[in-house]
Amino acid sequence: MSKKKNNVVPHGTKSLSTTRANRWGWLFTAPFGIVFILFLVVPLVYAFFVSLYSYTQVRGTIFTGLANYKRVFTDPIFLNGLKLVVLYTIVMVPIQLLFALLLALVLDSMKSKFASVSRLLYFLPYAIPVVIGALMWGFLYSKDMGPFTSLFQLFGMKAPDFLAPGSIFGSLVNMVTWQWTGYYMVILYSALQSIPTDLYESARIDGASEVKIALKIKVPMITSSMVMVTIFALIGTLQFYTEPMVLRNNANSAIPPEYTPNMYAQALEFNYNQMNYAATVSFALGLLVVIFSVLFMTLTRKQSGLED
Amino acid sequence: MKQNIDKGQKINKGHQIPAKIFMVICILYFILPVWWLIVAATKNNAGLFMGTGGPMWFDKHFALWDNIKELTTYQDGIYWRWLFNSLLYALVGGVGATALSVMAGYGFAKFRFRGRKVYFNIVLGALMIPTTALVIPTFIIMTKIGMNDTIWAVILPSLLSPFGTYLMRVYCQSSLPDEMMEAARVDGAGELRTFFQVSLPIMTPAITTVFLLSVVNCWNNYFLPQVVLANTKLFPITVGLTQWQAKSNAGAGVEQVWNLITCGAFISVIPLVLAFLFLQRYWVGGITAGAVKQ
Repeated sequence: MSKKKNNVVPHGTKSLSTTRANRWGWLFTAPFGIVFILFLVVPLVYAFFVSLYSYTQVRGTIFTGLANYKRVFTDPIFLNGLKLVVLYTIVMVPIQLLFALLLALVLDSMKSKFASVSRLLYFLPYAIPVVIGALMWGFLYSKDMGPFTSLFQLFGMKAPDFLAPGSIFGSLVNMVTWQWTGYYMVILYSALQSIPTDLYESARIDGASEVKIALKIKVPMITSSMVMVTIFALIGTLQFYTEPMVLRNNANSAIPPEYTPNMYAQALEFNYNQMNYAATVSFALGLLVVIFSVLFMTLTRKQSGLED
Repeated sequence: MKQNIDKGQKINKGHQIPAKIFMVICILYFILPVWWLIVAATKNNAGLFMGTGGPMWFDKHFALWDNIKELTTYQDGIYWRWLFNSLLYALVGGVGATALSVMAGYGFAKFRFRGRKVYFNIVLGALMIPTTALVIPTFIIMTKIGMNDTIWAVILPSLLSPFGTYLMRVYCQSSLPDEMMEAARVDGAGELRTFFQVSLPIMTPAITTVFLLSVVNCWNNYFLPQVVLANTKLFPITVGLTQWQAKSNAGAGVEQVWNLITCGAFISVIPLVLAFLFLQRYWVGGITAGAVKQ
């Protein structure tokens, strides 16, 4: 959408008097700013404030400073949840990214009606709310209602239990892959579309194969979009909540109520009535996600295109 | 351009058969779960478990209408209430979030006011703050001010859309010529008039995109309403259906309403899928605008 970098500074506004620009700039941005403060800044600051206190029945609410943070980073439940979420990230992000990239490359190399229809169908799961997607997969994984029992019978095999503790990891990975790959594919596909095609022409004349063109020209040209997609996927996976929460109803032996940090925060708030510690868990998780993303963006600053 | 495509196709011919097989397999992967939902919506409880057609085909007893009828009577037709709630939250939240984003994006792009840089950088930084980290604190605050378990506890937080604001700013900078605003000002139009009569019409495509993304965000919202709402009547469809699912799974002779869950899920998905098919270019525009550099 944006044309050139030099457009970034709104040069025309210099003819606007400074007082006028100051007044109207603030007037236009103020309503958003108020909501931003009320529903982002205040909750964050408040969470931090609440996390500095602890409640015990004997002594009531007392200031305990960073004690809750000391507790959270040595809390095996939180650390396990965190480890799990990091593991999901390590497995899920590359799978989604590579799958999406492969789909985008294949679609980009075929400009036909069939390709545009398939592109739409790959993207379709994005239109299905995550909760509904998770509900559906809960049914599909079920021994009684899902198709896998009869599918495996067809080959004389017994279907695995997708909702058992040993397989829940893979089941969740599949669910998330199904839901989000098409979304990432669209981003990468659009990036591929913006590469000038004469680049390929000259490579073809030089005798480069299509695969070589894909790997040596197309992929390097869309690095910035790949970085963006990775950041989206990273932020999304680290705050994993909806899918395990919904699937928990089908698989409560495989998914404990404090499976991921977000679920842990909720359980602390509602099942154990530990408001202060719940806020600590939320805040600590938020902090870690931001640190992870900033770290990743710094490592890939050149490619991310977010510097302006 | 046309010529390029033709040439490209000729050269590609040899690669097309394995590529097509791969694509068909992928289509099946993405589409079969949706197909399962369509089929399951037409079955009753018995049909879902031991239907004649198996899980992927229709039962000989076509129960779609019965299911819909049952949805309108079960628990006094609370299903439709949930659907209405979802619509209400999505529309009010979506309209509000869009209005705020449009104004803010315009303000950031077109006025060089004092503090703009710092202000915008803070907004940009907020893009990375995980929304789920805000849910529990928001719940605690809402409890303190007695707003929990009201529709406002769901709607007000969803007015916030840093991503929408970012998109609008990018759009205003690249597609809204300063010269036009200047001309309006020279003609004596005030800032509000310039905004409404000159700028807004040009911004329509981006506004549609931001609106669509916000509506979808609100419609998909699960963590927040699940935490702040206790009154069943205020649930959006997502929370309502998972509650039925939890109850049905608890099993042991309680209420097992699998058919209502599948049929209800199917009906709730229809509006979004239709919107998706007709408005896909706006969605695509929105999700790629932030990521694709041209």
